[in-house]
Amino acid sequence: MSPSNWTWFHRLASPPYFYRLAGRLAPWFGWAAALGLAAGLYGGLWLAPADYQQGDGFRIIYIHVPSAYLSMMCYMLVAGASAIGLVWRMKLAHAVAVAAAPLGASFTFLALITGSLWGKPMWGTYWVWDARLTSELILLFLYLGFIALHQAYEDPRSGERAGAVLALVGVVNVPIIHYSVVWWSSLHQGSTVFVGSKSDISASMLIPLLTMIAAFTCYFAACLLKRIQAEILEREQNAGWVREMLEQT
Amino acid sequence: MKLGLSAHGVTIWRGDRCLARGLSFELGEGEVLQLVGPNGSGKTSLMRVLAGIGRLDEGEVRWGGIPIRACLDYHATLAYLGHSNALKNHLTTRENIYFYHSITANSSEITADEILSKLELKPMADRPCGLLSMGQRRRAALARLLIGRARLWILDEPLSSLDAEGVAQVAALLMEHVRAGGLAVIATHQVLQLDGVPVRRLELGGN
Amino acid sequence: MRALAALVRRDLRLCFRRPGEVATPVLFFVMVAVLFPLGLSPQPELLAMVAPGVLWVAALLAGLIGQESLFKSDYEDGSLEQLLLGPAALELVVLTRIFTHWLTTGLPLVILSPFLGLMLDYPVQAFGTLVLSLMLGTLILSLLGAVGAALTVGLRQSGMLLPILVLPLAVPVLIFGAQGAAQAARGEDAAAALYLLGALLVLGVTLVPFAVAGALRISLES
Repeated sequence: MSPSNWTWFHRLASPPYFYRLAGRLAPWFGWAAALGLAAGLYGGLWLAPADYQQGDGFRIIYIHVPSAYLSMMCYMLVAGASAIGLVWRMKLAHAVAVAAAPLGASFTFLALITGSLWGKPMWGTYWVWDARLTSELILLFLYLGFIALHQAYEDPRSGERAGAVLALVGVVNVPIIHYSVVWWSSLHQGSTVFVGSKSDISASMLIPLLTMIAAFTCYFAACLLKRIQAEILEREQNAGWVREMLEQT
Repeated sequence: MKLGLSAHGVTIWRGDRCLARGLSFELGEGEVLQLVGPNGSGKTSLMRVLAGIGRLDEGEVRWGGIPIRACLDYHATLAYLGHSNALKNHLTTRENIYFYHSITANSSEITADEILSKLELKPMADRPCGLLSMGQRRRAALARLLIGRARLWILDEPLSSLDAEGVAQVAALLMEHVRAGGLAVIATHQVLQLDGVPVRRLELGGN
Repeated sequence: MRALAALVRRDLRLCFRRPGEVATPVLFFVMVAVLFPLGLSPQPELLAMVAPGVLWVAALLAGLIGQESLFKSDYEDGSLEQLLLGPAALELVVLTRIFTHWLTTGLPLVILSPFLGLMLDYPVQAFGTLVLSLMLGTLILSLLGAVGAALTVGLRQSGMLLPILVLPLAVPVLIFGAQGAAQAARGEDAAAALYLLGALLVLGVTLVPFAVAGALRISLES
């Protein structure tokens, strides 16, 4: 690996540099999210035809699927940032993990709520113990455990490292948990499939869905960058560069 | 390569308090470093960092020129006495000392019974440690110093709860250790009286 | 090796002198298993249907109750630091400690399970599978519980937090174990579930010691 790659990596790890970079990037992601949400919702709620089986109720997938996707991606991000923080002893990586976790938990919660709301018109009940929803529920507990653990520590630097260990143990478990829940579900429910059936999905439904996923991701990125900025300020509150910056405003 | 303990730019944060900033020192063979400072000034944290247990935020601690993080057998050359005695209350004094004797890498030839005699713990050898007085427990904890052939002693308030006799005993052990070329870092409020042994002082809490 | 043997001797000796610590999880196991018929219904058909799940959930909860004591005492009296500074690799010390702890908290549950199975109308011919699944399962739970114990040992409210951290991780064990026991009760072949438990155990034994050692170092670092 050439020296120039490493200097980029180390520069990124410097709090003032990352703070400024995040400040510049966040608005772009924010606007992209707003546009994407508008386009996706228009395409999904107006343009796409009603599903011949489920009527208009299926349209909730335009919120449910992106939320579920992001809840998983965010956990990977938390685990990845935790690994970088532990291996390279980079405090900023831990800040990323700590900032991302509540966002991931919120998306998981949103996925559960929308999944539940979808269930009512579909199956007549607000909760179905299918593999995907059950896995999401356990994912929510993993997130809440991470947040509870690092906040329980008196010394925040040790707390985030403990959380990092938990996140890594969790990420190894996620495929195991998912497989076990699928196995459990198949033993008891046979072929009932709930979310994301691999049935043909027409382009008029797919494009708004992909747009929504992209929009959610941009929204997530914008929120995350802002949260990381807040984390950086809290950690570096006594540093010279923070005081200088506050004096300038 | 100078064999000794050295700190380079050591910075320690606990919560939002900075306990040490850019601390540096060098300690060679036969030298004693005494840490002084008010309660809560970071003496214990610094000692734990030197022992390789505590978290170091910036800087480096080196043993014999090698960073302790990279030093595989640093712990084998070290004897650490913390605030707590590391004694199991439900085990007798003898059982506790036997245990440490069994788990120490290069136990010196001295047997557990000899240690009990040397520290004047024979009368209470078979009593559970939970029934001993604070001073007796502190003396039992000191047994760990005699077991291994540690070159570096890190002692956090070794004299606490000890009577005058106990204090004299510790001073004697310390002098024996230092004269044999050992190093020691000690945190204590009391004045150390060691004949002919240079005691350097490092004051904390001024940061 | 000598160090690990000394550690095992020390731990077993301590357990014999503090029987209360050992008895609590066992009593909890029995009580939870007894509460279910009281809460549901004593009808044999119903009990037979829920017995595998009830036994497994009870074992899981009782196991969690026992985990808090894994490192607490050593942490509080300073022995844990000395083990960290000792010559044996912390990962091996941890594995030894978990195993000895299982002998006194997990194994009694396994031994008691057939008797509770009788009370819950679990078919006698499936006892072998039940016991085997619980043996593998309690071992895995001890390993997972150790991760939670190591992460929370220095915290004040560790008792509440430990189950929250460990339960999501324990879901696969619960599923494979309880479903295996249920399959055996129905006369079906439960080999798949047992193999899966075995695989989890192997994975746990290889990876958990590193996680636990890392977590202990973090708990001791402030």
